[in-house]
Amino acid sequence: MTEKPFNFKDYIRPRFFPHIWCPGCGHGIVLGSLLRAVHELGLNKNEIVITSGIGCSSRISGYVDFHSLHTIHGRALTFATGVKLSKPGLKAIVPMGDGDALAIGGNHFIHAARRNIDITAIVMNNRIYGMTGGQFSPLSGSGKKATTAPYLTIDRDFDVVELAKSAGATFVARSTVFHANECKDILKKAISHKGFSVVEILTQCPTYYGRKNKEGDAIQMMEGYKTNTTRIGSKKLEKNPNLIQRGIFVENTEVPEYCKAYDEIIKTAMKGKA
Amino acid sequence: MKDNNIKFIQGNEACVEGAIYAGIDFFAGYPITPSTEIMEHLAYRLPQKGGKFIQMEDEIASMGAIIGASLTGNKVMTATSGPGFSLKQEALGYACMAEIPCVIANVQRGGPSTGNPTHVSQGDVNQVRWGTHGDHAIIALTASNHQDVFKITVEAFNMAETYRTPVVILLDEVIGHMREKLVIPKPGEIPVVARLRTSVKKGVDYHPYLPREDGRLPMSDFGAAHKYNVTGLFHDMWGFPNNDPRVVSELLRHLVDKIENNVNEINMYKEYWLDDAEYILISYGSSARSAIHLAKNRRARGIKIGVLELQTLWPFPSEMVREKCVNAKSVIVVEMNMGQIITQVKNAVDNPRNVFLANRIDGELISPTDIKSILRMIQGKGV
Repeated sequence: MTEKPFNFKDYIRPRFFPHIWCPGCGHGIVLGSLLRAVHELGLNKNEIVITSGIGCSSRISGYVDFHSLHTIHGRALTFATGVKLSKPGLKAIVPMGDGDALAIGGNHFIHAARRNIDITAIVMNNRIYGMTGGQFSPLSGSGKKATTAPYLTIDRDFDVVELAKSAGATFVARSTVFHANECKDILKKAISHKGFSVVEILTQCPTYYGRKNKEGDAIQMMEGYKTNTTRIGSKKLEKNPNLIQRGIFVENTEVPEYCKAYDEIIKTAMKGKA
Repeated sequence: MKDNNIKFIQGNEACVEGAIYAGIDFFAGYPITPSTEIMEHLAYRLPQKGGKFIQMEDEIASMGAIIGASLTGNKVMTATSGPGFSLKQEALGYACMAEIPCVIANVQRGGPSTGNPTHVSQGDVNQVRWGTHGDHAIIALTASNHQDVFKITVEAFNMAETYRTPVVILLDEVIGHMREKLVIPKPGEIPVVARLRTSVKKGVDYHPYLPREDGRLPMSDFGAAHKYNVTGLFHDMWGFPNNDPRVVSELLRHLVDKIENNVNEINMYKEYWLDDAEYILISYGSSARSAIHLAKNRRARGIKIGVLELQTLWPFPSEMVREKCVNAKSVIVVEMNMGQIITQVKNAVDNPRNVFLANRIDGELISPTDIKSILRMIQGKGV
């Protein structure tokens, strides 16, 4: 905790504003939660490298006053891996969209999780490709409308939490932009976690996903996050097992972190024991 | 103490020795024939000097990782062959656009596709130049023996730092796998260019993309005093995305000019018996070995023949090639592809009709006899 009260302006680059997000987009809430998390952790802005790929969510890297690396579609985790392994003292945060993280970037996602490299991956899941105008993503799920699914999607979706768990991520959590404070608290834990952390945040795209699928405006979509989700293991689940669970699913500190493990390799190699 | 600076090793290992000499800190790669020995040896060598090695999940990831590591202030490299080099192209273009120093070794196999993994080819010459999308410039160096592989590897790192750009080391399977002697130069024998870091103090506005008067762009490491944005979008001097037509055209010109305008500084080549040469063989990589062999042999028989061995393929040294060939009756380009550098040579010389191709595309090393047949045809002597 720092003494100084939180002020947005301490953490953004005014030159970059106004942002590109549509009215009603949930991404700004993720940005707000992230900055509050960084503030409350008392992190030095100079120690943070934010690396992103391509898409609406990926523009977040430019808006924040950290070292920022806006890379290519789907590959942000690979760039962040280079940053982190070469300078482990830096905090690596990687915000990604659902298509960025799990379609084009799916392979990098599971391998970063497998290595347990100390990177915080934030999957801003709006279940659609927004930047390109509303094509379905691997998280849209079946029976949805999109510009590339005029007759409804037949593709099944991923469960980000289950995928991250089985790939070996040592911190896995989910929240929504309706639960901004919960988001912030989870992000604080994820950033502090020494290992690969995955935070899925459900965030609305009223412009494409909402409109195409008749889910209403931003407020109605956020209401949906309130009514369709519940905390892990809550009693509501007994009545309605279809509710999406929120909270921290995995928090494992036993697995060696990758950069730490490599430091041991260096020690061995320097002794000539290789 | 035993003098350990003489080695009998593969070309891929000579490349590793050159990288170590140049000060490599970080390597990311993915196994692929015929380049794998580069990553195997760096996996062993890098941690011994406190450097970092990582085997990534694919070649795209390797390229991403070295770019990230370069930004924290490291000298970085990856190594691959054709299929992997194809995968790297998007991120390679990113390194061009964001001006990230990095070195990519491509040990060529036959292509297209999986092609001829364990056999020699020089089919990627044009891919190196134009593999990534959009206008850009690139530096590509090559060599025909291990001493030169070492040297061009050091120079590749130097040029990557000097011009803030990806540099490709274009080897071929024969050079990569052949064993011969390498004498490792003493420290300081070949100059090593360090990362140019900004002298702008903390709290003072640092412009990561504002070139100095000499055209160079001092860098600031991630984690150091200056926080700035790096992007693959067209950007202004702060690294902020900008698509103002003036900004776009200025940046694109800068990216091309910083390399094309320094073609003479970047150009490396060797020449053999060119002074009175009526016939000039232009070659590079392992095929240059056969060209040199044939020229020596023909010289002994009184034929005025010489060799121009290119070590810098891109930017193509057109002016130098023109000057060297100005008095030649005929020029024979010796390469192991369907004719890639010959296009550049024809564009460069005064008389493109006198330029001929001696090539081989079957996965076998072109032999002096192969070149001799072409020479005899040109001489009107029959095959």
